[in-house]
This record gives sequence, C-alpha cells and structure tokens, in this order.
Amino acid sequence: MAGSSIMENLFQRTLEDLIKGMRLQLIGESTFISKATEEIRREIKSTDHHTKSTALLKLCYLSAVHGVDMSWACFHVVEVMSSSRFAQKRIGYHAASQSFHDDTPVLLLITNQLRKDLSSANHFEVSLALECLSRIATPDLARDLTPELFNLLSTARVFVRKKAIAVVLRLFDKYPDAVRVCFKRLVENLESSDPQVVTAVIGVFCELAAKDPRSYLPLAPEFYRILVDSKNNWILIKVLKVFAKLAPLEPRLGKRIVEPVCEHMRRSGAKSLVFECVRTVLTSLSGYESAVKLAVEKVRELVDDQDPNLRYLALHVLSVAVPEHLWAVLENKEAVIKSLSDEDSNIKIESLRLLMAMVSESHLADISRVLLNYALKSDPEFCNEILGSILTTCGRNVYEIVDDFDWYVSLLGEMATIPNCQKGEEIETQLVDIGMRVRDARMQLVQVGRDLLIDPALLGNVHLHRILCAAAWVAGEYVEVASNPFELMDALLQPRTSLLPPSIRAVYINAAFKILIFCLDCYLLQNEGSKYEQDAGFNPRNTTESFDDLSAENGIERVATHDQTITPTFVEKKNFMHESIVNLLNRIELIFGPLIANQDVDVLERAQNMLSLVLLIKGENDNSFQDVDKKDTRVSAIIKLMRDAFTMELGPVSTSAQGRVAVPDGLVLKENLGDLHAICGDIELPSSSSFSTAGPHLTATSDASSSNPLINEESGALNESTSLIEHRKRHGLYYLPSEKSEIVTDEYPPANDPKSNSNINDEASELVKLTEQSLLLKKRTNQTKPRPVVVKLDDGDVAPISVQRPEPRGDSLSGAIKDVLLGSETGPSMSQSNPYDKSSRKQKEKKKLGTNVQSEMKENVVDAEKPDSENPNSSGKNHGHTRERRHRGKEKIVEGEEHDQRGKKKSGHRHSRRKTHQRAKSPLNVVSQTPEIPDFLL
Amino acid sequence: MGIRFVLMVNKQGQTRLAQYYEYLTLEERRALEGEIVRKCLARNEHKCSFVEHRNYKIVYRRYASLFFLVGVDDGENELAILEFIHLLVETMDRHFGNVCELDIMFHLEKVHFMLEEMVVNGCIVETSKANILTPVQLLDKTS
Repeated sequence: MAGSSIMENLFQRTLEDLIKGMRLQLIGESTFISKATEEIRREIKSTDHHTKSTALLKLCYLSAVHGVDMSWACFHVVEVMSSSRFAQKRIGYHAASQSFHDDTPVLLLITNQLRKDLSSANHFEVSLALECLSRIATPDLARDLTPELFNLLSTARVFVRKKAIAVVLRLFDKYPDAVRVCFKRLVENLESSDPQVVTAVIGVFCELAAKDPRSYLPLAPEFYRILVDSKNNWILIKVLKVFAKLAPLEPRLGKRIVEPVCEHMRRSGAKSLVFECVRTVLTSLSGYESAVKLAVEKVRELVDDQDPNLRYLALHVLSVAVPEHLWAVLENKEAVIKSLSDEDSNIKIESLRLLMAMVSESHLADISRVLLNYALKSDPEFCNEILGSILTTCGRNVYEIVDDFDWYVSLLGEMATIPNCQKGEEIETQLVDIGMRVRDARMQLVQVGRDLLIDPALLGNVHLHRILCAAAWVAGEYVEVASNPFELMDALLQPRTSLLPPSIRAVYINAAFKILIFCLDCYLLQNEGSKYEQDAGFNPRNTTESFDDLSAENGIERVATHDQTITPTFVEKKNFMHESIVNLLNRIELIFGPLIANQDVDVLERAQNMLSLVLLIKGENDNSFQDVDKKDTRVSAIIKLMRDAFTMELGPVSTSAQGRVAVPDGLVLKENLGDLHAICGDIELPSSSSFSTAGPHLTATSDASSSNPLINEESGALNESTSLIEHRKRHGLYYLPSEKSEIVTDEYPPANDPKSNSNINDEASELVKLTEQSLLLKKRTNQTKPRPVVVKLDDGDVAPISVQRPEPRGDSLSGAIKDVLLGSETGPSMSQSNPYDKSSRKQKEKKKLGTNVQSEMKENVVDAEKPDSENPNSSGKNHGHTRERRHRGKEKIVEGEEHDQRGKKKSGHRHSRRKTHQRAKSPLNVVSQTPEIPDFLL
Repeated sequence: MGIRFVLMVNKQGQTRLAQYYEYLTLEERRALEGEIVRKCLARNEHKCSFVEHRNYKIVYRRYASLFFLVGVDDGENELAILEFIHLLVETMDRHFGNVCELDIMFHLEKVHFMLEEMVVNGCIVETSKANILTPVQLLDKTS
C-alpha cells in the first residue's frame, strides 16, 4: 500500500504539468479534460495526503477555468480540509468555498473542523476558515459558529479581525439571531483606530444600511466621526454611501453632513471620492442648494472630460438629479445632446434617458423629431432604444404630455416605417389605445392606418405585423371617419396579405367585414335618402325615424360636424355607386373564395362569414338587380342591424374592472360546484348557428333582433336569452346582482363604456345618438381647445406604478435588528427587577442599540450605564472626550434641554441626555414611528 | 455584498480566473461568463469601462491581453472598483515582477490568495499591497 502511494506520488502530474499539457493541445481540449478528470478521480482516492490534495487542486483548476463538475468530490474536499499541513488545508478550503453550496450534503460534517480552525492559534488557519465561511455559511453553520465569530470580532489580531467583520455580514444574513450577539462588537469596531478594521466594518455597514437604513440611524454619530476624520478614500466612499441612505430619513442629519461632504468634494483630488460626493449630494442632499450647485459644477467638469468613464458616470448621476433639479440637466443640455452621438452605446443610452427626462409638453415634438433622425441613422439596437423611450415617455400616464394627438399618431406611423423598428407590439398597443381613448384623433389614426395598410412593402417585415394588425383594426372600427373606404378595402384585400400570420389575417378579414357593412349601409341610406326625397311615403325602414336620425346613425353627420374640412369625404360618401358596390362584392367573393380552405380556423370562419353575407346580399340583389326601388327590405334590415352593432363604441377597459364587480352575498367561490351540475342539467346549450354572420358584437345584434320581427334567422338568440332569463329567475343566487330590467340581463356591458347602459334597445340607442350628437356639437364649439379629450378611467387605468421605495426587507434580518433595537423596550420590566442577571453582553447591546427607543424607564438608563463602565473596550480617555465634544455640539441645535443632566457620569451621559429629550417629546408612544437620531451629536 | 465576482479573461475569451462571492451553479457561471465576455470584449478603448448586465454592473479594465472584469451591485462606486482592479494588478506585478497572463495561469492559487486577502464576502477589506502580499510570501517561504 505504502509502495503504491509512493509510486502514485512520483508519477502524479502536478497542476503545472496539467496546465502545460493543456497548452500543448496534442489532443483536443475536451478529450484532454476528460482524461485528466479520469486521472483525478483515480488519484483523489489515494490514501496519501499529498497525492489527494494535488488531485483536488487540479480539479479546482479545471472546475474554475473549464467548468468541470466537482460536486462528486465533496467528501474528499472535507478530508483535505482536515489535513494538518497548511498548504493542503488551504487547497481543501479553497475547494470547499468554490464548490459547496446550501445543498451540499457534507456540509454537516465540517462544523467541527471550522470551529477548530476558527479558534486556531495560527491566524492563517483562522483566515482560511473565515474565508470559507463567508461563502458557504448556511443557517445551521452560522448558528453553530456564532460564538467563535463573536470572539474573533474583538481579537487583537487585526489580520483576523477584519475578515471576521466581513464574515459577520453573511452571518446576519443567514442567521439573524446572530445580530443579538455580535452587533455590539461590530459597532465597537467602528471606533477602532486601525484603518483596516474600519474599512471592513464600514463596508459591512454600507451593505446593511442599503437593505434597511432606518435601523442604523442611531449609529450616525460614529459614521459622522469617520466622515470628518478619515483620510482613507476607500473608507470615505463607503461612509458616504451609508449617509446617502441615512440622510433622507433624518433631516437634521443632512444639515450636519452637508458641509463635510462639500469639503471633500472641493478638496479631494481622487475622482472616485469626488464622484461619490456628487452622487450623495444629488441623491440624498438635494435640498441643499449650495451643495447641489457645487455638485453640478463638478458634474460639468466630468461631462466634458476626455475619459469616457467620467462622461458616462456624469450622465448617469445627472439622471439622478432629474426629479428635483431639472435645471442641472438643462444646464448641461448641449453635452447631453452631444453624447447622443457618442461612440459608446452605453453613453448614448444614458444621454437618451436624460433627454427623455427633460421632455415636456412644449418641446416634445421637437425632441422627438431630433430623436427620430438619430434613430434613422443609428444601429438597430440604439434605434429601438430611442423608439422605446419615445413610446414610454409619450405613453406615460395616459399620454400625459401629448397635446397634439394628430401629430403623435403620425409620429407612430413614421416610427413604423423606420427600417430597424422592432417596437411593433408597443406601437400596436398605443395605436389601438389612442383610438379608444381619444375620439378626436381617430381621423388621423385611420389616415395613418391607411398609409401603413396600403404599402405592400410593409407586409414583408415581420416586426411590422403587429402594427399592421392595429392599423387594420383601427381602419375597420373607425371606418366612418375614413376618407375613402374603398381604398381601405383595397388595402385589406391586397394579395400580399397572405404573408401575414393567421391571427392577424383574421383581424384583416374582420376589418374588411366592418368596412363592407359600412359601405352597404351608406349605399342603402343614400338610396333611401333619395327615395325619401322623391317619395316620402315609402321608407323600407322604420318610417317613424327621420332622415336626420338615420344619417346620424352611420356617422356621416358625426364626421361632418367634427371638422368642416371633411366635406369632400361627405360628398364622396354620398356617391356610393351601385356598380362600385357590386364590384366590391364580386371582389370579396373572388378573394375570400380560396380562404374557406384555409388551415387556420379563425381565418376560415371569418372568411366564411364574409362570404355568406356577400352571397346573401347578392342573392337578394339578383332579384332586384334592375330595380333599386324594389330593394328587398330584408337585406337592408340585416345591414342596418349589423351597422348598429358596429357603431357601438369600444372603450378602454380598466385593469381593475373585474375587481370592481362585487362578490354577491352568500356566494362561496371555493365551495364544491358539483351541485351546479344538477341545476344546469336541464338547460340545453343553445345552438350557435345564428351567430354565423356577425363579428364580435353578436350579443348586440341578437338583442336588436328582438325588436325587429323581420329577421327570423336570429330568433335562436332570442330563445337563448329567454331561457337564460328563466334560469336566472330560478337560480338568481348564482347571478350577479343587476338593477337593469330582466330582459337585458344576458347583455354584459363592456366595462367602462360610457353609454353601455342605454345602447341596448332601439329607443335607448336613439337617445344615445342624440346625446352623442349634442356632445359633438358642443365639441365643435370648443374647437380651439388645444388638447383633445382623452378617456381616462377614474382608477386603476393602468396597473399602478409602484413608486414606493423598495420596502425594507421584511425578512428575518431587519426583523432581528428591530428586535435588538426594540428589545430594550420590552426589556424594562425585566431589567427593573433584576438588572444584573443578564449577561453583560446583552446589556452592552442594549446600551448601544437601544439608542432610538422612544420611551424608556430611567432605571434602564442606569442599567445601561453599568456595562459600559465595565467594558474594557469602549471607554477610553479619548472616547469620553469625543463624547463630550459631541455633546456640546448638540446643545447648539437642541435648545431648552435640561442641563442638570450634565452632572451625570460621563459614560452614561449621552444616553440619559438623549432619553430625557425623547421622553419629553413623546412620553407614551411605545411603538417608535420615527426613530430619533441621538441628538447629542447633531 | 459589494463585489459579486471577479473574472480574468484573455482576449480570446478564455477564462483565466473566476472568483464568485455568491453561489452560482456551473451552468449559470458559464452562461454569465459567456454573456459578459461577449459584451465586454466587443467594446473598444474609446468606450467606457462600465457595462450593465442583468442585475450586475460590470466594471472592467484591460491590461495587455488580459481583461479584468468585476461584477458589482448597482450602488457600488465604479471608479473605486477600477482602482481596485488596478491595485490588484499592481500587487500581482510586485509579486511576480512584470506580471503576464502565464503567471496567472500557473500561479492561480497565489492570485486567489491575494484576492482572498483583498476581498472577503464581497467587501474590500485590505488595500495595502504589503499587507496583501505578506501571507503569500510566507507561503512561498514555507514551501
């Protein structure tokens, strides 16, 4: 056995051999690695420690640099860790920190090894264990090793202490209860005179404060001292970061630190420190005008610097200043715009962000124009960055900053035609959204949609399909404001539409359907109109309706009233010729014929609907082809019904619409719904055949049929609704409550449709149209008003943007710190009765951490004094002196303070002062709402 | 945790050193390194040394054929990290004498040792070259 291990040892390749072999690459890298791994697997089983550790070292190398799995070797890692030779132990520890994680099974085995090494006299061994612990500590390990770390936190060996301090961060994270034990000593280290220790501890507090700043307010005095006294830039940067978190929580603190920060900013030659000062001022001290001025001055130096790093950072930090100091950005406007053509895309993006932040209503158009030009010239990535930011900025808060929607809609259209545009989805959403919200923009919208639809080249670009989809929808929905419906129809029917995906094609067909209905309706109306003039006695429609009402219904009136320049449209629409309609029908038949064999059901179904309608109309037309006067009333009735259905406006839907439907009393959603089957069993599913010819507005159509006996095809729907009504009567419990009459209960109104309540039966719709008309008339008088009405929902229009600051981690760490802080609050009764039976450790903590407790017993103050005087670490001569100094500093700010407290023992002084002050403020408020800064310093 | 990882990558994109201060699986590491290296190596001298990637900010610097990439939290001071990289290079330079890629390849564990002295748990704990090198030199002496 011994012999074999010597042989192994002799012939084992070292790491250096391995690397050299790899570099030679006689065989391919992957083969080499797999061979080497095989070799390692063999060697690592060796009983010889040297062979084993060398094998592990090689494995670590392969794992770190070439990504070879080493989880299988975890047990060997533990063995090597326990080696008595430092060099081998080091390899083991390195392997452990590299490969162990929370789920590594052998983690349970190393607790004792770690404990042993943490307490070792050799500080390099301690350092190894600390390093390892900082990476692999689990809650269990952290709990078990807390005592060892506690000891190390005050060890005289700085080499170890600074590492222990850094490890505490992980300890707190994994095992929050460690805070109770270690926090006090951690804080003591802030007062250390050793810069290494202070570097480490301020680093830890910087991380802790980033997560839950409020808890560390009581330590502000210590941080302040470091800020003023330290000469080390690393430390200063970290302490500035801490203050950046603390200052917003406590106004007095800002007042206090602003001067030292400015001093550093003025005097330091280190760019990193200056930059950190600038960032601190702009993020957290933005209320101090002079400081901000100084910071902006520094930014101006940076923003024009040769070094791209400084330029980037300057722009980055400016964006922080935007919300409160827009002037700072405006002052640097030129530099920002210049950066837009910087070589570095990161700098470009920063400047773009800034530019968007500067945008306001007044120059939105100009800036967008400039940006679009940049987008045209830029690489695809930055181009889309630009487009994306324009879209977000303009769309923010329901187009808050857009005044001129005609302009904005054209801008969207222009964006779509930029070759690199990949923002199809965003543009689609906005096009549709504007259509629904901004009535005045619809004409321009249809115009833009037409331009997009009509261009056959665009159909080939996949990124534009979503935009075309929106354009088609808009064209169909708002066809009544189109200048030329036939042109739209041509665009929608063009052969290249076969390039579209089926879902979008279906939208195209549906849009074509709506346009067809519109054209037919106009045509019929026109004939009726002429007939009405010739022969007032005969009107195929309801003769009680006046001509004016009819024309209002199809929107012509609306257009005309909207803007006088539309008169040509009006005239054009009057000229729906018989031939053109017949041509249209023929073309639809021709083009949609092949589609009924389409693979996609959606396309298939809609094409079928369309064809059926066309055939129906043609069938009727054939009978009366020569004689318009004998026009069949049936067709016109159908057309009218559909038209009515389509004129119902779609409104934006609130994201919280569903939530607003109250859950009726007695409805238990989680109950077993099995019994529902019994109730529903007797209801036959209504046949859906009657829905074959209409689009998404079926319910409206079917309902309208109830008042129009001419249509018998639709009677199925009527049956359905009556059966529903019956069902409702019987099982009202399962229905949502409704104040409407029973006859319309199956009609769920579109959410937020302003006229949803009344648009259901004919009389009501008539009324609505009248009101609509009056509304429009009113609008015309207000034509000079610059900004059109944008439909906004009262609440929850868009998902609420959470502007609240990231909530302090609700996890156990901040919980533990709070516990420690509030611990002395629940403590008093205990400490009153037996003040000395607690461990001195605990008392020390309480003393340090209880500093922001609002109401505390006086006994407790005395209680807290004791350990401090006992504590060898904390009270030195120097210490007492600084306290005295700070104390005096405080008196300047806080007046009306009782001065008799001064006679107290020095060490207890600060606490009693603070506490009496706080007591005076809110004696009974136990739960501290706004933790006080210990004002003895401020 | 301030520093999340330190990478050294040569200009061919081969990883020479990888030190993570948080646990990532091998796949995650490989993916992350690939993405970052692709992003950073494509940038030229005239571009800034900061790249945002996922939730990291990458601060990198190129020395001859070797890229030093440090992944930090968003709040970290970028310029300080650049200084940190420079300090690391200077420290290696003092130890190896005119340090090059091969030195790092063949003495990886020493470089790790130095890094361990400088950074514990993502916090920079040591910034003095002499202090950083003491344990490394001791180790050299004993072996």
